[in-house]
Amino acid sequence: MRTLRYREAVREAMVEEMRRDETVLLMGEEVGQYQGAYKVSEGMLAEFGERRVIDTPIAEAGFAGIGIGAAMVGLRPIVEFMTWNFSLVAFDQIVNNAAKIHQMSAGQVRVPIVFRGPNGAARQVGSQHSHSVEPFYCNVPGLWVCAPSTPRDAKGLLKAAIRDDNPVVFLEGETIYGVRGEVPDPAEEEVIPLGRARIAREGSDVTVVAWGRPYYTVLEAAEVLAADGIECEVVDPRTLRPLDTDTIVESVRKTNRCVVVHEHWPYGGPGAEIVDRVQRDAFDWLDAPMLRVTNEDVPMPYALNLEERVLPTVDRVTAAVRRVCYRD
Amino acid sequence: MTSAADALLPLYRQMVLIRRFEEESARAYAQGRIGGFLHLYIGQEAIAVGANAALRADDFVFQTYRDHGTALARGTSARACMAELFGRDAGCSRGLGGSMHFFDPDHHFYGGYGIVGGHVAVAAGAAFKARYVGEDRVAVCFLGEGATNIGGFHEACSLAGLWKLPLVVVVENNSYAMGTSFSRSSPVEDFIHKAAGYGMASDRFDGHEVLTVRDRVAAAVARAREGCGPTLIEVLTYRFRGHSMSDPAKYRTEEELRERKKLDPVALARATLLDDGVTEEELSSIEDGVEEEIGDAVCFAEEAPPAQEQVMFDAVYADETVLPVDAPPEES
Repeated sequence: MRTLRYREAVREAMVEEMRRDETVLLMGEEVGQYQGAYKVSEGMLAEFGERRVIDTPIAEAGFAGIGIGAAMVGLRPIVEFMTWNFSLVAFDQIVNNAAKIHQMSAGQVRVPIVFRGPNGAARQVGSQHSHSVEPFYCNVPGLWVCAPSTPRDAKGLLKAAIRDDNPVVFLEGETIYGVRGEVPDPAEEEVIPLGRARIAREGSDVTVVAWGRPYYTVLEAAEVLAADGIECEVVDPRTLRPLDTDTIVESVRKTNRCVVVHEHWPYGGPGAEIVDRVQRDAFDWLDAPMLRVTNEDVPMPYALNLEERVLPTVDRVTAAVRRVCYRD
Repeated sequence: MTSAADALLPLYRQMVLIRRFEEESARAYAQGRIGGFLHLYIGQEAIAVGANAALRADDFVFQTYRDHGTALARGTSARACMAELFGRDAGCSRGLGGSMHFFDPDHHFYGGYGIVGGHVAVAAGAAFKARYVGEDRVAVCFLGEGATNIGGFHEACSLAGLWKLPLVVVVENNSYAMGTSFSRSSPVEDFIHKAAGYGMASDRFDGHEVLTVRDRVAAAVARAREGCGPTLIEVLTYRFRGHSMSDPAKYRTEEELRERKKLDPVALARATLLDDGVTEEELSSIEDGVEEEIGDAVCFAEEAPPAQEQVMFDAVYADETVLPVDAPPEES
């Protein structure tokens, strides 16, 4: 199978869907002439023109709202946030309008829109540019939330998100845009349904759930632990809402132990939600309290040594896994 | 009867319908039969009715939470509106929206919005769609003057002007944002000057003559339809009741209210019709018809089945998705 970088996989999904469906368009800051702040939309302006690849001013609330209104009456916009940090000034649009209009209108009005962009910390960009926003959006009924970790999942899930009739929050990652991975040929038309987790690595001793950048941290930790005879089963939820509880619970019933690793703050969020669901559905199978490895509960500092202290690391993951295995 | 009266008569009926609808909903609210917030349109009827008369049936209309009059002017039935206030399944949002969130896409009324300002961008999105697909449809967004202070209004107008969207923004300046007079909330008294900063055409006029509203809005709609871009309109009006049912409106004087009621759009239209040769009997017959329609709407709402639990769950997500709605987590 051919390999693509994550950013190329995201682009390929958008390009294929825009070729397939005239109502799909891309708007956001620097998506056109600049070719994308992270080069995700590189070349798209040349192919689709200014009508469908639309540069916007710095006005997230404005263009998110325009995307929502356009979706209500028949288009399928993709709204790019240069980073998800900037979505916070469009929070009202996403939460009050995108998420609620379908239900508030008793299903009379649909809002098929995708909001996408990089989520989480980059490298030393400080507290206002390092949010992991999944707890904010996962809390909202009416939104779907995808957080693909691999190029293949990014492409397949984005195609599903664009075709979905609901608003989808699509979380990518600046630090994983360069990751290479196998992606099926476009002729195969792979569309990955929302709400299905993927077992990324099979193992018998402990279930480790992770998405986004921590997914790669966990895979590295699993190698270290395997050398010590601890086999991790790594589950990538891929979609955080709807959450594929069954796959996670099934894995925990097999391994009897569970660690959840995520980049969002520890208070609440999908990390805590997973722990809650597992304790309800697999309580009798658990041999140890579940643990989470999270960002430290502080705004992200600038200094590199401090940033590394805040984010989940291989060492923190291996320590948590050893602890639930009572081998620390 | 003159041709002017011919045009005015159906608009008069719509205004009376809104007036009586609001009076009856206020009564039902006072009796505890309607819950939540209730914001009445009494005094502002000429704007919804006049503006609607300037629109095509397939144009897109958006409003704030003060939305009953706009939905009725658009053609939503009094039954569906009253049933919504009563929280019934037969309501225009099946009891999920309430007073502030009427929806009727069949009449191209795309909602009442409780968080004002943001809905201007949503309306601009409908205008964006019309231009994207090459339709000559126009979007009209109503809001109060208080909402012109929020960022959402600014960003939406700025983008609409930049992209020359077929959007007409109608600011219903009823003098008070809840209890705060416009002079206490805006740095400029004549806010319409802001249109220049957005690259929008502008207009400003009194909103008590329904035909004036129709004609002035029609000019803006024609510009939008012809591709000449958006217009920001300020219509000077006055609400005769408080901001909501819980507001005794102590921030204004009795005298001010008395003065403004001399410009009651419903009474003015009635006087004009009489002057134009319409008889008292003809007007009474129209008013009796409205009375019957409103009485029927209240009875209908009263007896209609309650809102449905299943709809509340089913409507969270649209069907075309890969998985059903997440099962709500059990109580732990």
